Amino acid sequence: MNAPVSLPPLGSAAKPLRERGQHEVFCGLTSIMWLHRKMQDAFFLVVGSRTCAHLMQSAAGVMIFAEPRFATAIIDERDLAGLADIHEELDKVVDKLLARRPEIRLLVLVGSCPSEVIKLDLAKAADRLGGIHGPAVRFLHYSGSGIETTFTQGEDNFLAALVHELPSEPAGAAKSLIVAGALADVVEDQFRRIFDALGIGPVTFLPPRNSAALPHIGPQTRLLLAQPFLGEATKAMERRGARHLAAPFPLGEEGTTAWLLAAATEFGVDPERFAAITGPGRTRARMAVEKHRSVLDGKRIFFFPDSQLEPSMARFLYREAGCEILEIGTPFLHRHHVADEFALLPPDVFVSEGQDVDRQLDRCRAARPDLVVCGMGLANPLEAEGMATKWSIELVFTPVQGYEQAGDLAELFVRPFARREKLRVRV
Amino acid sequence: MQLTVWTYEGPPHVGAMRIAASMRGVHYVLHAPQGDTYADLLFTMIERRDTRPPVTYTTFQARDLGSDTAEIFKTACREAVERFRPDAVLVGASCTAELIQDNPGGLAKALDLDIPVIPLELPSYQKKENWGASETFYRLVRTFAPAPAARAETRAPGRICNILGPTALGFRHRDDIVEITRLVESLGIAVNVVAPLGADIADLALLPEAAFNIVLYPEIAGVAADWLARNHGQPSVTITPIGVGATETFIAAVATHAGLAPQDRPGAGSRLPWYSRSIDSTYLTGKRVFIFGDATHAIAAARIAAKELGFTVCGLGTYSREFARELRSAAAECGVEPLITDDHLEVEEAIIAAQPELVLGTQMERHVAKRLRIPCAVISSPVHVQDFPARYSPQMGYEGTNVIFDSWVHPLMMGLEEHLLGMFRDDFEFNDGAAPSHLAPVSPPVEREPVLQQATTLPASPSVTIEPPWADEAERELKKIPFFVRGKARRNTEKYALEQGLSIITVEDLYDAKAHYSR
Repeated sequence: MNAPVSLPPLGSAAKPLRERGQHEVFCGLTSIMWLHRKMQDAFFLVVGSRTCAHLMQSAAGVMIFAEPRFATAIIDERDLAGLADIHEELDKVVDKLLARRPEIRLLVLVGSCPSEVIKLDLAKAADRLGGIHGPAVRFLHYSGSGIETTFTQGEDNFLAALVHELPSEPAGAAKSLIVAGALADVVEDQFRRIFDALGIGPVTFLPPRNSAALPHIGPQTRLLLAQPFLGEATKAMERRGARHLAAPFPLGEEGTTAWLLAAATEFGVDPERFAAITGPGRTRARMAVEKHRSVLDGKRIFFFPDSQLEPSMARFLYREAGCEILEIGTPFLHRHHVADEFALLPPDVFVSEGQDVDRQLDRCRAARPDLVVCGMGLANPLEAEGMATKWSIELVFTPVQGYEQAGDLAELFVRPFARREKLRVRV
Repeated sequence: MQLTVWTYEGPPHVGAMRIAASMRGVHYVLHAPQGDTYADLLFTMIERRDTRPPVTYTTFQARDLGSDTAEIFKTACREAVERFRPDAVLVGASCTAELIQDNPGGLAKALDLDIPVIPLELPSYQKKENWGASETFYRLVRTFAPAPAARAETRAPGRICNILGPTALGFRHRDDIVEITRLVESLGIAVNVVAPLGADIADLALLPEAAFNIVLYPEIAGVAADWLARNHGQPSVTITPIGVGATETFIAAVATHAGLAPQDRPGAGSRLPWYSRSIDSTYLTGKRVFIFGDATHAIAAARIAAKELGFTVCGLGTYSREFARELRSAAAECGVEPLITDDHLEVEEAIIAAQPELVLGTQMERHVAKRLRIPCAVISSPVHVQDFPARYSPQMGYEGTNVIFDSWVHPLMMGLEEHLLGMFRDDFEFNDGAAPSHLAPVSPPVEREPVLQQATTLPASPSVTIEPPWADEAERELKKIPFFVRGKARRNTEKYALEQGLSIITVEDLYDAKAHYSR
């Protein structure tokens, strides 16, 4: 009766170290950086402060594109003091924007910290603007605010908003598959070819490349997540009847195979056919990773929180590259969605959720990792302290999913070592 | 509410961060939500600093709003002071925290810390980055170089000065300090304190020991210098030594304040005057240049462009509204309409309308110029990582003029190159399609009539009109004009044709227009 309950050690996946100090993580607005390129007729209008506008351009490396498909409606003193009707002001900004960019078909109003704190009702604004400019322009809204979302959660909220726009399955619809989570077009095309070869279909991708190409959704829809940060979007799709297929994420040979297998099993694909179709890709992925294994084998890796991709990256490095994982920091741990990843990791792997950056830096310095995966605010200072670092943002912006990218993924982690090996200059 | 794609200045708390990051021993505790920590990478990535800026953010979240965000601030502040042991702490709020009205100043005071606490009130919805930096520096100077009990007396001239204004993330401030310190010392004048960049609070206490202040960058140090003048009787030299003429005027003013005989060192150390006179520079004559940036750099650029390089200034503007008056008078001197705006789309329209051959601007104008395929040099913040070069490249003093000559002139076609391109335009290797040698590695081979092309694809441009069509022969003749002036020739001809009410443009009209505009 009184036998001690065996508790998992502090910091494991079952009981992560939870921290709420300074977060050195981007807010959800920054996911606009890839969303605005992924969906080609959409425009993202942040309703926020000068800080939001400054964040967008600074986070984008100060202007990747001469004119991006996002902008900020900067709230000013007059709006806050009630001297101007903030909704009227927003309508004026939207008029100006649509006059300038008449090709916009989907205008997404993105809430920010200040707009959330003053409780600016963007749902109401989207309805009203839809009445004025619809049906030529469709309006959506979601929050990418830093008081509610980190980095990739902005995409989650955007997809959740998009789910409300999805048409319902027609009566008697056959089983279909939605792959959710923005992937590079090239990766999307590779997956589509594999699904076709397996005879799985119809398959649609969310977000689609064009706002008019929204997939159907309903009880016959199966849902495969291409990204681990889609908690809200998944809930929204499940409410529409879709069923989530649990799987690890498609990183590395093992993850990609398990991910494809989840769909193949659901769609009743013959195991021999599955083996035949995926075989060449698996071989290529293994060979490509193998080339980098001599560098990565035995390396000790420390992850700072950034994108929620950390558990999947850690699993890839541990299983396929022979790395030791010192800490998996993640801004948010969706236990259910990453359960299959942790099943492949050692049970006592140290996990921290949220952040207190100075304490985490203390742990990192004490652990003396061979490689630190961290955000851009920390990378140079850590390099200056003598640590090898990898920008986590590259893991989000580089196509890394699927068989053909497994080698590229390994190479991203090899590069910091290769660089140190080559450089013959002392700091 | 204002629609913006890019912004010239960040919020005022970023200005405060620039001051904190400039100084030693000063820490900034910023009440701010998660996400505002992006500002760190301005320093670690864009400026390539090897340390994080000395800022602790509270990172409050939505779920904290209902409970006690004030407690979060106090905890963060207490822990930051314990961990970093600064000599002084700045406390303030970012835009979101301003809305929840926690009063960081009061909260920090209640902590009863054993170091000085300077509360910052930076209204995010009214003010911007440079104002925030200026206000923060002023607060620090007031606190650590307090006004004497008695009314300040006017200082006697003396051979000791302070240099005020350079900051972290400033456009070439790091190198300007070196150059100006050397220049001042070569006159036999000692530099007492350089602030804020590289100073600590003990240095600020020494400020009153100098006979006068040199205000290198009035956007940051103007307010503090005025306060020092009123309270410590220290006069200021406010001439910005950018360009040969300005550097000479600066030296004369510094010498006067130091009680030295006026120096007469025309062009000493600068190659710009000779390079400008050299025969290869004749192609610079009358090149139309559009200038936009912070007030200090834009005004200096206009003077250099017009008087030291022989360009024609066809546009001059700034986003520094605080210096609108100074910019207006500089624009009047150049005979152009001043452009005072923080809307980069408005600047883009002005560039299209002005049809410059060179743009001197910020990172935004570099992008506009790139799209319009107009050569461009960056002269002011906001900037990109590549505007923090590894090499020594000041803008101020004599070496600054050398750097400026090179960096403004190199984007232009060189003298003989321009003529040869006109002469051998049909040569298979040396033709329209071949970009100028200095652009080749960076410019994709694209369509060569940028100005016109842009004007028709930008609906916001007021200059878009429906032009009369071109006769085939006229169109062919137009193609014989070198590409770098073809856009201008096309637009001028079309403007002329519209004015003349022509229904079709012929070869004759092309040359009539050329004659018309060559007056």
